[in-house]
Amino acid sequence: MELDTHTAEASVEGAPKGPPPAVMVRGVIKSFGTGDTKVTVLKGIDLDVRMGELLLLVGESGGGKTTLLSVIAGILDIDEGQLDVLGVPLPHLPGGKKTKFRGQTMGFIFQQFNLLPTLTAVENVAVPLLIHGTPKKEALHRARTMLETVGLGDRTEFVPAKLSGGQQQRVAIARALVSEPRLLICDEPTAALDGENGQKIMAILRDVGRSPERAVIVVTHDSRIFRFGDRIAELTDGRIVSVRGVPKTPPGELTGPTVGGGAPSASTESPS
Amino acid sequence: MSYVALKMLFGDRAKYLMLLCGLTFCVMLIVQQGSIFWGLMIWSQSGISNLNAPIWVTDPNISQVAEVKPIASTTVERVRSVPGVEWAVPLYRGVGRARLANGEYHQITLMGLDASTLIGRPGHMQEGRIEDLRTPDAVVVDQWAVERMGGPEAIKVGTIFEINDKKARVVGIAHVQKDFQNIPSVYATFERATTYAPPERRLLSYVLAKARDNEPVEAVTRRIAEQTGLGAFTQEEFGWKTILWVLKNTGIGINFGTTILLGFIVGMAIAGQTFYLFTVENLKQFGALKAMGASTFALARMIILQAFTVGLIGFGVGIGLATLFGTLAASRGQLPFSETWPLLWLVFGSLLAICIFSATISIIKLAKLEPAIVFR
Ligand SMILES: Nc1ncnc2c1ncn2[C@@H]1O[C@H](COP(=O)(O)OP(=O)(O)OP(=O)(O)O)[C@@H](O)[C@H]1O
Ligand SMILES: [Mg+2]
Repeated sequence: MELDTHTAEASVEGAPKGPPPAVMVRGVIKSFGTGDTKVTVLKGIDLDVRMGELLLLVGESGGGKTTLLSVIAGILDIDEGQLDVLGVPLPHLPGGKKTKFRGQTMGFIFQQFNLLPTLTAVENVAVPLLIHGTPKKEALHRARTMLETVGLGDRTEFVPAKLSGGQQQRVAIARALVSEPRLLICDEPTAALDGENGQKIMAILRDVGRSPERAVIVVTHDSRIFRFGDRIAELTDGRIVSVRGVPKTPPGELTGPTVGGGAPSASTESPS
Repeated sequence: MSYVALKMLFGDRAKYLMLLCGLTFCVMLIVQQGSIFWGLMIWSQSGISNLNAPIWVTDPNISQVAEVKPIASTTVERVRSVPGVEWAVPLYRGVGRARLANGEYHQITLMGLDASTLIGRPGHMQEGRIEDLRTPDAVVVDQWAVERMGGPEAIKVGTIFEINDKKARVVGIAHVQKDFQNIPSVYATFERATTYAPPERRLLSYVLAKARDNEPVEAVTRRIAEQTGLGAFTQEEFGWKTILWVLKNTGIGINFGTTILLGFIVGMAIAGQTFYLFTVENLKQFGALKAMGASTFALARMIILQAFTVGLIGFGVGIGLATLFGTLAASRGQLPFSETWPLLWLVFGSLLAICIFSATISIIKLAKLEPAIVFR
């Protein structure tokens, strides 16, 4: 149907230009308020996010990064411009369809984790599936598998308060990935964590979150995690001022902690 | 999502308990006060219900049963001659002064029953036989007389005392519904009662009557009123008349009404406030659900489920506690307590209103919620 996003790119597979972008932003303008209090935050954004890449979005505070993420997610409406997400012109979708589209195609990771405090880790991860009507048993099963993937197989029955910040963010990653979204949107996922845990989270996002079938956008301030990205886009004063590739670290060099192949050592984190 | 909603509700133990306490308190208060109120209303018409006569005839301007407006003694015959009337008998009701052997005085309500039929007799005799009223100087007292006038030692079958300075001999003790004004009743035959009564021109207080079985009571009652020019009421009408009079002329209605309304408002405030806080504190979580693709409708369903779950539990616990209290208090007969189905429905309705109110303010908040807040 109209939400089927696979068809759009199938025909151009292998073409010299490569597949069409997962997200295509052209001349997007977004302002808040009216009259004297009107602030234009996005002043004509042009940006492509490619399928399969991990794009870092960086820039000064107040520059409009979060606003841009909200726009791409269809949470905020744009004033002007063109916005295609997974081949769908998002501004033309009516509200209810937009919410549904978002639920079906996108996963979110927030700075403040935003886990439901009274639900266990595995229940939290199952929430997106439950929202879409997956039977509870199946949802919990898939959630458990996903938690194992991010190295929390032994913490499934813990409530968030009994987990460290890094562990909570890993639960949030599992929750964002459990419905296998084609677009993963992360707003400063490491900002509430210390350096080491931040590295770990980024490693998970790179190793588990990134996939050929998925585009990942990560907003960050933290230059220490730049190396986890494929490309870095810089947003300053409402415009994308540069997009550059990240040089690949030669094989064998330290690329930060990796996940998979057994639970990562929990010794570096102490439950709070 | 119901599962998630209930987990959100029960998981926050402190807030859940506070919510439950608020609702329970409110339900308990309304049920308890409402039951006492209704119990009082039942007491207020025990002067009617204890006599259990289908039709009451008296002065048309009567306002309630305890207010006696004597009528002409010929009225009995006139009522009997109204078509459709099966029987009609006289009733004396008046205030008397009982003087015990030990010199104590007590105010009593004196009831004079038709000697041949003893219509208006107490429904249940604790001791003695009502038929013995036909023997000389005989009276029957109710159990409240025993209680008020010195206990089973002072008042028992065989006790002799004076009513308005004339001799009375207790031949039985009746068990009746307590009177609203807490004045004990003494029963005698009509003729005997009139000899106790102070000399007055008219000594007939009421005519009690019954319609024939094939005639509707209301129609016969209307007919009596038309043909005699007197006031005629069915038992139920007279009961309501008395209740309305009590409501209008005492503070009872206002007092209980205020308490019940307060219970409602306080319950509404506590529950609404707690529930709203509950929602507001979970706002980011709800925002996250919205961002993850949950529709406002789905969130509203969660809120409604939460509100009604805690509401129903509060209803159950509140009614349970109030009933326990009522049974304990009423078992000693000291407190009027009548828990009725209409009252429980009323409370249920109030509770639904509270839940709907709480859920609505939360849903409005959620509907306005920008999922963008999750990024902040
Ligand atoms: N709902 C809103 N109403 C009015 N102004 C807003 C709103 N949301 C954001 N803004 C304004 O838009 C500007 C950009 O905000 P945004 O959150 O996108 O910045 P950011 O790049 O994410 O900053 P940071 O790095 O601090 O998170 C800010 O000046 C902010 O005040
Ligand atoms: Mg931001």
